[in-house]
Amino acid sequence: MCIKQVPKAEELQVDPKTQTLKRVGVPSEINPPDANALEIALQLKDRHGSEVVVLSMGPTSFDESLERSIGMGADRAVLLTDRILGGSDTVPTAYALSETIAKIGGYDLILCGEETTDASTGHVGPGIAGHLDIPQVTYASEVRVADGRIRARRTAEDGTEWWEVRMPCLVTVNFGCNGPRQPTLSGKIRVKRGGVIAHWSCADVGIDPKKVGLLNSPTIVAKVDTVRLPPRAGKFFAGEPADAVRRLLEALRADGVLR
Amino acid sequence: MSAGAHGIEDKAHFRGVWVFLELRKGGLRDVSVQLIGEARRIADRRGAPLTGVLPGHGVEGLARDAIGYGLDRVLVVDDPALATYRSRPFTKVMATLIRRHKPEIVFFGASKNGRDLGGRLHAVLETGLAADCVKFDLDADGNLDMIRPSFGGKSLAHILCKRHRPQMASVRRNVFVAPRHDPARRGEVLREAVEIAESDVDATLVEFHEFTKEGGAKPDDAPVVVSGGHGLGGPEPFGMLQELADLLGGAVAASRKAVDSGWVPKVLQVGQTGMTVRPKLYVAVGISGAVQHLAGMQESGKILVVNVDPKAPMFELADYGIVGDLFAVVPEMIRQLRTAKGLTGREAPLAAAP
Repeated sequence: MCIKQVPKAEELQVDPKTQTLKRVGVPSEINPPDANALEIALQLKDRHGSEVVVLSMGPTSFDESLERSIGMGADRAVLLTDRILGGSDTVPTAYALSETIAKIGGYDLILCGEETTDASTGHVGPGIAGHLDIPQVTYASEVRVADGRIRARRTAEDGTEWWEVRMPCLVTVNFGCNGPRQPTLSGKIRVKRGGVIAHWSCADVGIDPKKVGLLNSPTIVAKVDTVRLPPRAGKFFAGEPADAVRRLLEALRADGVLR
Repeated sequence: MSAGAHGIEDKAHFRGVWVFLELRKGGLRDVSVQLIGEARRIADRRGAPLTGVLPGHGVEGLARDAIGYGLDRVLVVDDPALATYRSRPFTKVMATLIRRHKPEIVFFGASKNGRDLGGRLHAVLETGLAADCVKFDLDADGNLDMIRPSFGGKSLAHILCKRHRPQMASVRRNVFVAPRHDPARRGEVLREAVEIAESDVDATLVEFHEFTKEGGAKPDDAPVVVSGGHGLGGPEPFGMLQELADLLGGAVAASRKAVDSGWVPKVLQVGQTGMTVRPKLYVAVGISGAVQHLAGMQESGKILVVNVDPKAPMFELADYGIVGDLFAVVPEMIRQLRTAKGLTGREAPLAAAP
């Protein structure tokens, strides 16, 4: 179960002066699609009694989300944390996570969110499956285990697909497909007792330092432009609804928006 | 498998621009056709040929037809196992062809399958893939400048993949306009052999339920989109938005808050984690205007905002705005539009009751 900690989406506001995102002091959360994936993992645990291990890669501040995951019912967590991982794009990230998963070992099913709300590529999940050379199903809303195989309901553009794959496999989970549970008291107590989150470095896992980090990432962000949206007309219609709407519709017709 | 095989030392051997052609119901997915136009422009600037790659079964006629959109050639890989999209066989086909022919640039539609394929493929090839690009350029060294919205669409990030080849990028549908089809255009259709072993077919599609088109037009195709947000307060007022959308010849959509609250299905969500729309008129009703929502609709032709809160960020994008109670404004719009259409008869406007 792979998760990432991201800035809380609804807390993000644009500074009207600089037109940039205010990031400082923004609270963090489990990437929402990852929380949906975790809920599926915990439901499978409820039904089949499997062990749920949560994995993340990032700074130690990510412990907050790992603790929450354990509070929700995950058994233990691993944080791959190492300064040399900084600036990794999706290629080294998928590589490093797949190496860590191989090191954890004994997995039947790897769950990820469909994408993160901060980078929104959706590339890491399939990238892990590619590295581990296992089957993948993306954009799933429901996952069942039957006869030693995984059945997953995938939502595509044109319809709903039920896929069947062997285990081990990787499934990425649709954002909003379920309501993630809240942490329980007993879960929080397990966190308090400690010993449930392991911190691993690249050396602990055997990750090749020449394959991770900013300098070993195929892509770089060369520059970032602030988007100055073309100014909009901003014609406002005040007053009684009947009158405001009448003038609005007149304007829409005059501007050729309505016939 | 290693980066070195495609990287630094033989970067100069990579030439040509490719477009992955995705199938949909016996035709090409619209985003693939839209991509051909933009890929043509980039190929011309690089002085390189433009190739479509079409894995499928019995698709040669389709490949010949695709030339008309501006391709120089199409590589067809024909195998019964490729009739349905599957991650592993498609990744194998693309990885094999890329290693065989060494294209400089590969474009994918950012459809579900395109992302599924691109994500797996870029890890296998260990090369760069930029998601959801909205614009392309070339830098001074001839690298593809892959421009994508960063968080919430308030800024644009220029992504470069300088040392690794191919440079890969995905594009959402409706970002580029489909090129005109020229049936007289000449090009080659080449059959490529890639062996698909039984072990490559590691996923079985056991059921498929097609979405029906009931409920009218889809927001990403409609000329007018009437979108509802948190201010609607529940699922019922979406009935009134549907009526307004019907009168305007459009479709209903929603913000993430309305979707998260369970008022409307996720397929209607506009924004960063939903769909991108660019209708002629976007009507935002009771939507405050979170940056993630703006990312999905800010390219709309005209934007009409109805919100009770004059400070709603949505108003900054308004061509037309009414600060007021949507439960008064929308029924009034419905009433006046019905009157204009001569629909005043016995059918009382549904939502106009006090």
